[in-house]
Amino acid sequence: MELTLAIAIGALTGSGVWLVLRPRTYQLVIGLSLLSYAVNLFIFSMGRLRLGAPPVLGPGGSGNPADYADPVPQALVLTAIVIGFATTALLLVVLLAARGLTGNDHVDGREPR
Amino acid sequence: MELSPLVLILALPFAASLAVVLFPSTSREPATWITGATMVACFALTVSLYPSVASGEPVRYLGAWLPSLGLNFSLRMDGFAWIFALLVTGIGFLVVMYARYYISAEDPVRRFYMFFLAFTGAMLGVIVAGNLILLVVFWELTSIFSFLLIGYWHHNQAARDGARMALTVTGLGGLALLAGMLLLGHIVGSYDLDAVLQAGDRIRSHPLYVPTLLLILLGTLTKSAQFPFQFWLPNAMAAPTPVSAFLHSATMVKAGVFLMARLWPVLSGTPEWFVIVGIAGMASLVLGAYLAMFQHDLKGLLAYSTISHLGLITLLLSLGSPLAAVAAIFHMLNHATFKASLFMAAGIIDHETGTRDLRRLSGLFRYMPITGTLAMVASAAMAGVPLLNGFLSKEMFFAEAVLTHVDSWLDTAAPYAAVLGSALAVTYSLRLIHSIFMGAPPESFPREPHEPPFWMRFPVMFLVMACLIVGIMPAQTIGPFLHVAVSSVLGEATPSYSLAIWHGFNIPLAMSVIALAAGTLLYLVAGNALERSERPLFLGRIDGQRIFERVTVAISWRFARLIEEVFGTTRLQPQMRLAVAAAIAAGAAPLVMAGLAFGDHRNGTTDLAFAGLWGVGVVCAIAAARLAKFHRLAALALLGGTGLVTCLTFVWLSAPDLAATQLVVEIVTTVLILLGLRWLPKRSRDLAEPTDWLLRLRRWRDLTIAVVAGLGMAVVSYAVMTRTPPETIASFFLDKAYAEGGGRNVVNVILVDFRSFDTLGEITVLGIVALTVFALLRRFRPAPDTIERPEQQLIQRSNDEADPDREPGSTEAEYLYVPSVIMQWMFPVVIVLAVYLFLRGHDAPGGGFAAGVAMAAGFILQYMAAGTVWVENRLRILPVVWIGGGLLVAALTGAAALLFGDPFLKSYFRYGELPLVGKVPMASATLFDLGVFSLVVGATVLMLIAIAHQSIRRLRAARLGEERQRWN
Repeated sequence: MELTLAIAIGALTGSGVWLVLRPRTYQLVIGLSLLSYAVNLFIFSMGRLRLGAPPVLGPGGSGNPADYADPVPQALVLTAIVIGFATTALLLVVLLAARGLTGNDHVDGREPR
Repeated sequence: MELSPLVLILALPFAASLAVVLFPSTSREPATWITGATMVACFALTVSLYPSVASGEPVRYLGAWLPSLGLNFSLRMDGFAWIFALLVTGIGFLVVMYARYYISAEDPVRRFYMFFLAFTGAMLGVIVAGNLILLVVFWELTSIFSFLLIGYWHHNQAARDGARMALTVTGLGGLALLAGMLLLGHIVGSYDLDAVLQAGDRIRSHPLYVPTLLLILLGTLTKSAQFPFQFWLPNAMAAPTPVSAFLHSATMVKAGVFLMARLWPVLSGTPEWFVIVGIAGMASLVLGAYLAMFQHDLKGLLAYSTISHLGLITLLLSLGSPLAAVAAIFHMLNHATFKASLFMAAGIIDHETGTRDLRRLSGLFRYMPITGTLAMVASAAMAGVPLLNGFLSKEMFFAEAVLTHVDSWLDTAAPYAAVLGSALAVTYSLRLIHSIFMGAPPESFPREPHEPPFWMRFPVMFLVMACLIVGIMPAQTIGPFLHVAVSSVLGEATPSYSLAIWHGFNIPLAMSVIALAAGTLLYLVAGNALERSERPLFLGRIDGQRIFERVTVAISWRFARLIEEVFGTTRLQPQMRLAVAAAIAAGAAPLVMAGLAFGDHRNGTTDLAFAGLWGVGVVCAIAAARLAKFHRLAALALLGGTGLVTCLTFVWLSAPDLAATQLVVEIVTTVLILLGLRWLPKRSRDLAEPTDWLLRLRRWRDLTIAVVAGLGMAVVSYAVMTRTPPETIASFFLDKAYAEGGGRNVVNVILVDFRSFDTLGEITVLGIVALTVFALLRRFRPAPDTIERPEQQLIQRSNDEADPDREPGSTEAEYLYVPSVIMQWMFPVVIVLAVYLFLRGHDAPGGGFAAGVAMAAGFILQYMAAGTVWVENRLRILPVVWIGGGLLVAALTGAAALLFGDPFLKSYFRYGELPLVGKVPMASATLFDLGVFSLVVGATVLMLIAIAHQSIRRLRAARLGEERQRWN
C-alpha cells in the first residue's frame, strides 16, 4: 500500500513537472493541478496510512488517540484543496487575459522565433 | 502602555500626523493648528520633566517590545536629551508658525504637516530612545520623512533628485549604523543605552572596536553631512524653506553630532576616533566655509555654512577633552538658533522678492528694514561677533583648538584650521548681508518686496532675541540648562567652565580678532570677484553631486543591467526549469549528506484493488500530460479521473473530510476549466511534433527532469511512510477536540477552533483571489478568433435556418433539454446537501469548506442548465456580499471572545435542541464555520460566474485591434 501510493505520488509529480516545463498555458494549468494532487497526497501521507480509522471520535468524545488517523495533515490538506482551486482559477484567468492581450497562448506571451 | 509623559511626547506627533489625514488635503487651518498645538504640548511636557531631569537621574520608561530578543521599548531622557527635545519642539513650533504663511494655499498643506509631524516624532524618538536598536529605527524614520519632506514639491526635478540623494546617503549611513549598533550591543552584551554607557573601557579595548567605530561614524557623518558625505545637504535645499530651517539647521543634521556626543564617553579618546572624526570635522569646517563663500544661492550659502558649523562641532568632539565636549554641545544649541532664524529670513526674502540669487538681490534694506536687521544680527552670530551666542562657543572652540590633546600633525593644525574656518565664515556672512541688503536698489524684482506679515517675522525675531540674550548673559540664561545637559553626558568628568563674554586678553580672543579682521579684509579684497565667480576657485571641478550620480548610475543601472544580461531571462520556461532543478537539488542535498534509509512501518495490507485504482490514476495522469497540448478536453477529463482516484484514496485511507471536499472541488474545477477552454486558440497542426534535433533534445532534457523529480518524490514519500511515526501533536488534538472544542470531527475542530486563526487567514486569501479574478475579468479582452459564436452553435443555427419548420435558435434553446431539467430539479437537493454537510461538520465528516463548494456547485449547475440570462432574471446571487458577510461573521465571532476578556477566536460550545432537527452543537465555532461557508460560496460562485459572463458579453472588436497593436 505504501509502495503503491509512493509510486502514485511520483507519477503525478513527474507528469506535473513535465507539463509545467511545457510552453503552452493550458499545459501549465493541467500541470499545476496534477502537481497539487501530488503535493496534497504527499502531505497527507506524512500522517502515515491508516485504514478504517477516520479521526472522528466516538460518542462522548472517548477513545484512545492511537486508534485514529493523524488529523493534522488532513486539516492542512483540506484548506490546501480549496486554496488550490482558487489559485487554479486565478492562473486560468491570468492566462486567458494574457491570451486576449497577446493573441497567443505561449507562456512568454509571444511565439518563439 | 501607561501614559508616562515620555511616551506622550513620542506618541503625540505620530498620533497628530494620523489625525491630520482626516482633513481635506488643502485644509490649511486645522492642519496648522493641530501641528502647532502638538508642538506646544510636547514642549510643555518636556518642560514639565525638567525638575526630575535636573536632579541628575534620567527619566525612564520601559515597555515590552521584543523581550525574547532582549529588545525593550525603553525610553530615557537625561539632561542632554531634554535640551534637544526642547530645541526640537520649540523650533518646531516656530517653524509651524512660519510655515503657516510660507506654504501657499495651492500646495497640499495636509501632506506637509503630516510628514512634518511624523518627522518630529521620529526625531524625538532618536533623542529619547534608551535602546540602541530603537534608536536606529527612529533614525531611519527621520531619513524617510526627510526624504518625503525634501521631495514635497515633487513636480520639481531638483526636489526629487535632492530627496533621492539625501535618502540614499543617509539611508545607507543608517544601515551602517544599524550594523555598528549590533556590534556595539554584541560587545556590551546588551542593547540598553545605560548599559552601553557604563561599558566604555570594555568597548575601547575590544578587538571589534575599530569596525564598530567605523560603522557608527559612517552613520553619524552621513547624517550630519560631514566630509566626505557633505554633498547631499546643498541639494536638499530644494525643500520648502520651513523644512530646511527645521531639518537642515536645527534637527536632522544635528542627529549625527547628537549621537556622536551621546556615545562620546564610550567611543572617544582613542587614536582612531581622533583621526577619523578629526579629519572629517576639520575638512568640513574649512571646506564648507570655503565653498559657502562662492554660493550664489542664498540657501546654498546657508547649507555650506551648516556643513562648516557641524564640522566645527565634529572637530570639537574629536579632541576627546571634556571641555571640548562642553563647547560642542553649546555650539549645537547656538547654531540651531541662529541658523534656523537665518533660513527663515532667507525664506522671507525669497517669498517677498521671488528670488534667492545673491547676484540679483541688493539694496533690500530700504524695503524690509526689520527683517534686514534681524538677518544681520543672526549673520553676525554665525560669524562669531562678540555679544552674540555664536561668539561664546567659538571662543571655547579656539581655546580648545590651541591646547594640545594628542601629539600629532592633526592637533597642531587644529588652531590654524579654526582661524581659517572662522575667517571664511566672516567673509561669507559679510557677503550675505552686503549683497542682499546693501547697495543700490535693484532695477527690477520679480515682485515688489515689502515686509512680511508680523507673525511670519515673529519666529525669526524670537530666535534672534535668543541669540542676543544668550550672547550677553550666558550664565544667567542658558547656563543651568547647559550644565544639566553637559553633566548628563560627561558624568563625573564634567569640567569646570565659565560662560562669560570676557575672559581677559588671551589667545582665543586674539584668534577671534585675527579671524574677524582677516575675514573682513578678504571680503573687501575679493568680494566683487566672489560675486562674479562662476564656480569655486580650485575646488570647482570636484563636484560631489556628479560623483554621486556616476556611482549611482554605475551601481543601480549599469551593474544591474550587466547582472540581468548574464543571469536574467524574460522567458518562463528556463525560469521554471531553474526552479524545479533548485527544488530537486534542495531535496536531494539532505539525502546525500545524511543518507537514505527506509523503515519497516507498514499498515500490513497489500491491497490489489488499491493498486489497480492507482494503476488507473497513474495512466490518467500520464495521458493527461501527453494530451494537454492537442486534446484539451480529453486532458481535462483525464485530470478529473486522477482527481477522482485521489478522492477515493482519501476515503480509503481514513480521510472522509478530504474526500468530501476533494469531490466537490473536483466538480467546480472541471466546470471552471471547461468555461475557460472556449477562449483558447485552436491548436494548429504546424505546432506538431518537433523535427528540429535541438527541440527534441530539449524535450528529452525536460523529460529527464520530470522523471528525476517524480522518482525523488516517490523515494522520499516511501521513505517517510515506512518509518514509525514519532510522537506528534496529533494526540493533543485528539485528546482535546471533544473536551475543549466540543466536536467529534477532529479535522473540523482543528480548522474552526484550534487553528481558526490560520483558517481566517486562508479564507481571507480565498476572498482576495476571487476578487482578483473578478477584477481581472472586468477588463478582459478576448482574442479576435474567439469572439465568434462557438462552432457548434453556428452549425445548429444554420440547420435551423435551412429548415423552414424551425425558428432560428430553437435547437440551441432545447439543447441538452433533459439533463438541464434534471439539473434544475436538483437545485433544492443540492442546497439541502450543502446544509447537511455544514450542520454535521462539527461531529461528522463535512464542514464549511465542503458545504460551501457544494452550494456553489448548486448555483453553477443552474447556470449550466438554463443559461446565464435565464438564471439572472430569476435569481440574484450577490457573491461579493457572501464573501464580505462570511469574512465579517468569521471575524466578529472571533472578536466576540474579546468581549468576554478572552483571546481572539476563543470558542464556546454547548448542545441545544432545534425543533425538527434535534440536538445540534451550538458552538461559537459553528458560527465561525458559517463564515467560512459563506465566504467559500461567495468566492467560488464569483470566480465561476465571472468567467461564465464573458460569453454573453457583446465584444468590442474595434477597440481590440488597437490594443493588440500596442501590445505587439
